[in-house]
Formats: sequence, C-alpha cells, structure tokens
Amino acid sequence: MAVCIAVIAKENYPLYIRSIPAEHELKFHYTVHTSLDVVDEKVSAMGKALVDQRELYLGLLYPTEDYKVYGYVTNSKVKFVMVVDSSNTALRDNEIRSMFRKLHNSYTDVMCNPFYNPGDRIHSRAFDNMVTSMMVQGC
Amino acid sequence: MADETLFQLLHTEVVAAAYGGGRGSGDEGQRNGLTVLEGMGFRVGQGLAERLPRGALVFKEELDTIKFLCRDLWGAVFRKQTDNLRTNHQGTYILQDNNFPFLTQMAWGQQYLEEAPKFLAFTCGLLRGTLSALGIESSVTASVASLPACKFQVVIQKA
Repeated sequence: MAVCIAVIAKENYPLYIRSIPAEHELKFHYTVHTSLDVVDEKVSAMGKALVDQRELYLGLLYPTEDYKVYGYVTNSKVKFVMVVDSSNTALRDNEIRSMFRKLHNSYTDVMCNPFYNPGDRIHSRAFDNMVTSMMVQGC
Repeated sequence: MADETLFQLLHTEVVAAAYGGGRGSGDEGQRNGLTVLEGMGFRVGQGLAERLPRGALVFKEELDTIKFLCRDLWGAVFRKQTDNLRTNHQGTYILQDNNFPFLTQMAWGQQYLEEAPKFLAFTCGLLRGTLSALGIESSVTASVASLPACKFQVVIQKA
C-alpha cells in the first residue's frame, strides 16, 4: 500500500505529490526530494552501460526502517516516485511494476488532455482518483 | 484503413481554419497561420511522445532517435516511412518523403508550390514536439521542390 506518490518533472520540480496520512506530509516530501539523487544516479549509470533495452522501472531506490522508495522514469524524463510502508507484507515486485504502469497510463492520459499544459501541476480528477485507489488498496 | 483519410481530411480543414475568416490575408496573416499550425503540431508531438513504445527509447545517439522518428513516428501517423534520411553528422538531418500524404491529393508538380508550406507546418511542429519531449531541442523547417515530394530539415540546437 503506497503512502506517498509523487510525479516529478524533467527539471526536478514536483508536478503532483500526495501522501497519506496527512500529518507526515513534510517527511514524505523530504524523502521524495532526497530520492531524486538516487534516481539521477541510476539513470546516468544505465545510460553508460551498453544495454539495448533500458528498463523504465528503476526498482527499489533505498530502504529505511519504516518504508521503501521505488522509482520509475518515463520516455520524457518525468519521474514517478512511490513510497510504500514496509510494515505490511512486502509488496511483490510485479505489483509495484503494475502500479507504476497504471500511473504511467494515467499520466499519458493527462498529457494528452488538450487543456493541460506540459509543466503545470496536475489537477486532473481522474488522476487523483487513480492515485487514491492505489493508496487505499494497493494494486 | 479509414483512419488515414480521416486524419488527412481533418488536417485539411485545420489548415483552412487557421487561414480562414480574413485572418489569412497579407503577410502577417500568413505568418500567424503558420505559427498556429506549428504550435498545434508541437503540442500533439509532446502528447504522442508519451504514447510511444515504452522503454524502446534508449538511444545512445541522436541519429538513432532521428531514425526512430523516420520509421516509427511516420509509421504511426502516416502509415508509411520516410524515404530518405541524410545527415551531416553535425546536428543537421534531412528527412525526405517522396509521397507525403498531406500533399498527394493536390496536383503533382509545381502548380501549388506556394500553398504547400501551409500543409507542412503541422508536421514540422509534430517533429519538433516529439523531439522536445524526448529531450532534444531542435528547429524544423520544410521545403518542397515538386509536389508531393518534400523534405524536412531538422537542426539540433546545441546546449
């Protein structure tokens, strides 16, 4: 069950960030911010390695005692960062991947919305609902 | 099959609308029309870049990205590939299409040479938008020597 989901633009400012429960919001914002460094490191490392197919899913960025942070990068260098609670049974890798895939699909829909300007914060209700469903029940 | 025709017809109307209602008269009107069309193409290109095959975009070189544009983007939008790609290996690429779908319905040859740029502006924007969403800033211009063959010149801006 995700406790915080963030969408970060190419220039490393947040397009969308939401966390539950609300009182730890600042802590999660800080966590997401620090995880951006790890994301950049992974992306540049993959660029140098001669792999034919680069994975968009970056995997576990770093674990702490309370929670784990996962990352995902899209074609246009928009990053998704997800913080999940470690206390409940660890979500399997596939589940995290499928959550990111759903996120990516919703983000693509937002991108194709003619009323959305790339680079603005995301206000789409459909995106909100999808994120809520992921936070409440996992996948 | 019908998708291509629909898109061509829609595009024709978009061009007509950009220039219609007296807006298209005079040099300034012409320039505005081209800018509007190019801007439209840019936004569409950005959205299209998100929908392209995920993870298939690890390109070590710009040339690979341009080749991808020639094959997959053209294939997705026009159901064909560009006929020729030339480069000077210093950031300039020329994509040549000998049978450009938006121009095939007009008389072949030189008759409509002046009107042709209007029908290429959207595609220029499309190329620029897709490249920009993939992280490459560029400027795209188009030229026509004889319908329906046309060339798109992509110049990559060095940071």
